Amino acid sequence: MAVTTITPPAPSLLERLKTPRNIGILVALAWMPLMIYVMGTGRIDEGVRNAILLPAIPAVAMLYVIAVTAWKESWIAVLGVSLVSFWFFMAVAAPFLPLADPNAPVAPFATPFSEKKDIFFWLGTDFKGRDMLSRVIWGCQRVLVWGVTATFVAYIIGTIFGLMAGYLSGWWDEFISFFGNVLLSFPVMVLFIVILNYLGPSGFNIVIAVTFASAPAIMRIVRGLALDIKTRDYVFAAQTRGESALWIMVIELLPNVRGPIIVDACLRLGYTTVAITTLTFLGLGLQPPDPDWGLMIREAAKVAMLWKFSYMLLIPALAVSSLILGFNLMADGLREMSLRD
Amino acid sequence: MAGKTNGAANGGGQTPVLECRKLCISYFTRAGEIPAVVDFNMTLMPGEAQGIVGESGCGKSTVALAIMQYLGSNGKIVSGEIFFEGRDMRTMSEEELRDLRGSQIAMVYQEPMASLNPAMRIGDQLSEVPIFHEGASPEEAMERARKMIASVRLPEPNRILNSYPHQISGGQQQRVVIAMALLSNPKLLLLDEPTTALDVTVEAGIVDLINEIAAEFGTSMIYISHNLGLILETCHRITVMYSGEAVEVGTVNDVFDAMRHPYTRGLFASIPLPGADKNSHPLIAIPGQLPLPHERPTGCYFAPRCDFFVAGTCDTGLLPMREVPGDDQHFTRCVRFDELDWQESLGKGISQDVTPPGDVVLRVDDMTKHYEIEEGALFFAGEKKTVKANEKISFVAHEAETVAIVGESGCGKSTFAKVLMGLEDATSGEVLLGNLELGDLPVDKRNPETISKLQMIFQNPFDTLNPSHSIGGQIGRVIRKFGVESDDEKVEDRVMELLDIVKLPRDFAKRRPRQLSGGQKQRVGIARAFAGNPAVVIADEPVSALDVSVQAAVTELLMDIQRENRTTLLFISHDLSVVRYLADRIIVMYLGQIMEQGTTDEIFAPPYHPYTEALLSAVPIADTHVKKRHIVLTGEIPSASNPPKGCPFSTRCAYMIEGTCDVTPPPVRDISAGHQIACHLSVETLDAMEPVIQLGAAAAPEPDVETV
Repeated sequence: MAVTTITPPAPSLLERLKTPRNIGILVALAWMPLMIYVMGTGRIDEGVRNAILLPAIPAVAMLYVIAVTAWKESWIAVLGVSLVSFWFFMAVAAPFLPLADPNAPVAPFATPFSEKKDIFFWLGTDFKGRDMLSRVIWGCQRVLVWGVTATFVAYIIGTIFGLMAGYLSGWWDEFISFFGNVLLSFPVMVLFIVILNYLGPSGFNIVIAVTFASAPAIMRIVRGLALDIKTRDYVFAAQTRGESALWIMVIELLPNVRGPIIVDACLRLGYTTVAITTLTFLGLGLQPPDPDWGLMIREAAKVAMLWKFSYMLLIPALAVSSLILGFNLMADGLREMSLRD
Repeated sequence: MAGKTNGAANGGGQTPVLECRKLCISYFTRAGEIPAVVDFNMTLMPGEAQGIVGESGCGKSTVALAIMQYLGSNGKIVSGEIFFEGRDMRTMSEEELRDLRGSQIAMVYQEPMASLNPAMRIGDQLSEVPIFHEGASPEEAMERARKMIASVRLPEPNRILNSYPHQISGGQQQRVVIAMALLSNPKLLLLDEPTTALDVTVEAGIVDLINEIAAEFGTSMIYISHNLGLILETCHRITVMYSGEAVEVGTVNDVFDAMRHPYTRGLFASIPLPGADKNSHPLIAIPGQLPLPHERPTGCYFAPRCDFFVAGTCDTGLLPMREVPGDDQHFTRCVRFDELDWQESLGKGISQDVTPPGDVVLRVDDMTKHYEIEEGALFFAGEKKTVKANEKISFVAHEAETVAIVGESGCGKSTFAKVLMGLEDATSGEVLLGNLELGDLPVDKRNPETISKLQMIFQNPFDTLNPSHSIGGQIGRVIRKFGVESDDEKVEDRVMELLDIVKLPRDFAKRRPRQLSGGQKQRVGIARAFAGNPAVVIADEPVSALDVSVQAAVTELLMDIQRENRTTLLFISHDLSVVRYLADRIIVMYLGQIMEQGTTDEIFAPPYHPYTEALLSAVPIADTHVKKRHIVLTGEIPSASNPPKGCPFSTRCAYMIEGTCDVTPPPVRDISAGHQIACHLSVETLDAMEPVIQLGAAAAPEPDVETV
């Protein structure tokens, strides 16, 4: 290698954005407005709500560019992140796109690519005459927000218990693992239905239900990793310098279990999306009239028995599938990259 | 050692078993082509044993895989030829190769457990070889397996044949693997670090076996190892490899006594041979690091680390091997070998004054640690068993003294370290640091000052640092935790100071552990242990996982810091050559008990404890002038949960007195002040022992085989 000293050019904007701190800020910028927007429905003034979403649009775009440049060696991951980012972008940009009101009935039973009442419908309208394109785009907001929130909460709970079971062992492990096994022995859907029937259908209750269903599995993964890592010399070194158990779990163990957890989280986001859509389909999740994929499938279920109107079912179903596929491809790509080096 | 006599028959028109000509092997990765081996030549005659030595990453295992034609999907022989009995292996079909592998060419790997199928009985695995390669009937195959098991000196062949791999010990597993390799009567046996995973006394048995095999079966062998002493004990010729190149080839005697390549010379100067001493003859480490394959310089790959580098001579193109005149096929890849004065000593290193030991810092008195385990009980209270991990350990360590604890796996040295560090309570006895009793004071009850007084350096460099945090952050945490400094700026200053002390560049503070080499990580581990100005540092095999040339540098560094701070060093090791080099006092442990303790000179000279005697004989020494008495222990180390009743060593001891040793625990005899031996033998018998290692004997490395 030739040794020539070239003064490195000033780091590009992209390089400067790639520090963990800046990525954290971007994620917060993209996520917080969307969460406030969705969770604050009916509580915040409409104009303010829309304004809140504005900074999220460039943040999502930048995150997408960063992810693509960082993962360019795995086309699977790039494809996955493209699908996921597309829906995220749609979610934050929905109020600003030139779309028809998703709840306004215009012309019922218009098939895709047809004109009715002098309006061209790209994806047609549903049985009540609401624009499908607009509903599909608006509908991703709630699935994304509640799906990601629920998975995130499940991860926090699962990781805490997993670290405790794995690191503290003994009675802690016995108790936590036993409780986890009891929860895991329920079929997931039954558990969901029981919890939501008891608590009543709402977004927050979906978070609770998903946490109960997912946290035990997450706990097991983290517990296994913690059991392995706690035999490493650096943990031994921390113990012998008198660090507390909490410090060892958070500082020594947690950063080293993060790799497999991130991959699993992407997969689990997919499962949670399926679960939320299914719950809504069963009428246990998010409530009408606001658009939601699961709700759209539920409402279209009867009409779509006719072949001509099956698009009402297929369009939201494809939307859900593409989002889940995006999450799964991302997980595959991340795993592939982590195995390479 | 008989294997060494029948092999030197070179020439005579015999076809070599194996011939490699100008072999170049590359791996193809995402980063492009990585040349792993460049211009490798080797001619192996029937019955000959050749050794390949080199540090990790020098390409020695790649050569073995290339000979098996088993390089994997991304490895490829780029140019050159491999002839097996005159046939070019590169033109053979996959079918022909399969016939060859395991029947004509057999390989023994480093990890015996990984080479055996855990789900099959050993007998079935062994009989597969004749069934597959020779179409033998199952009964005939099993019969041959039984014979082979007996000829690799395994006791109770029938029991072994009916066991699963996990039911026998590591040494026995490796014997089974060797038996499997020999079953088809191969022409060529490749041994890739076959004893690295084993204990020294077990290793000595395997080395013995390998030599017997060479004599009995006339098998040609290629012995790959990083240990020069093992090569001396097993091989006729040796190839020294560095960064993918063979740098020196010749007979063992030529290369060991009249090496003609600076790397070989540096290698010998950096291993602790019996003449070395930490004060008067310190080790001389090879400066710098092994270059990465894509960063190799043009010309001599060793040039950046070589004292004799001359620009314009050493850095012009690929260097050819040149023959050393007067020797028996002795080649070197040094262009300047005939200009250099090889007699001139390599400099003596900087000799140091002997550090006088100070007051007693650590006193261990009758310390005992037992574990209670319950067996096989799920609902009922099972049979309680006591594992005696440490039994009545007593010794003292003074300020600025190095006390080595020597023993094989299962001897209780790790348990002892845990008790000292406060992760386990002692069952009984006392551990006094200064005036403070530590035996029943767990680490979370100790105050920061006490904790910082007693620190530890760990064995595995890849495990010693948390991969998620920066080097500076990890050292800084220790400084804060021990209350040395609390101000951010001062902590940073202290981190920089510590990096200077362990001779690492200051910008390493911002790096992550994965950007460091093994030796550098170990230096950080040392910096971390010394961050709180400890009084006692426990070093658990701190250099055993490192390469030879790096080992010397880290050992020297540790000695320097110790000298500077007058720290007491408890050096846990299984390697008696390192221990002889750096320890002031030695404690020999076996199955949780101290067998012998005394100063280094007392341990290495008679009278010995019989176990010390065997241990001394087992350690391979890379010096042709050393005469060693040959003692090979039979049997395996007993389990600590079921130790022998009397003396723990009685099951393997050659001096065992029936009715005494196996029933009564041995008395601790004071031979002289501070020199204690726990043995039933009378002082006269012990005194009458001959020294195991004798220096300055004739150049012939042929040790007498003595049956004791």
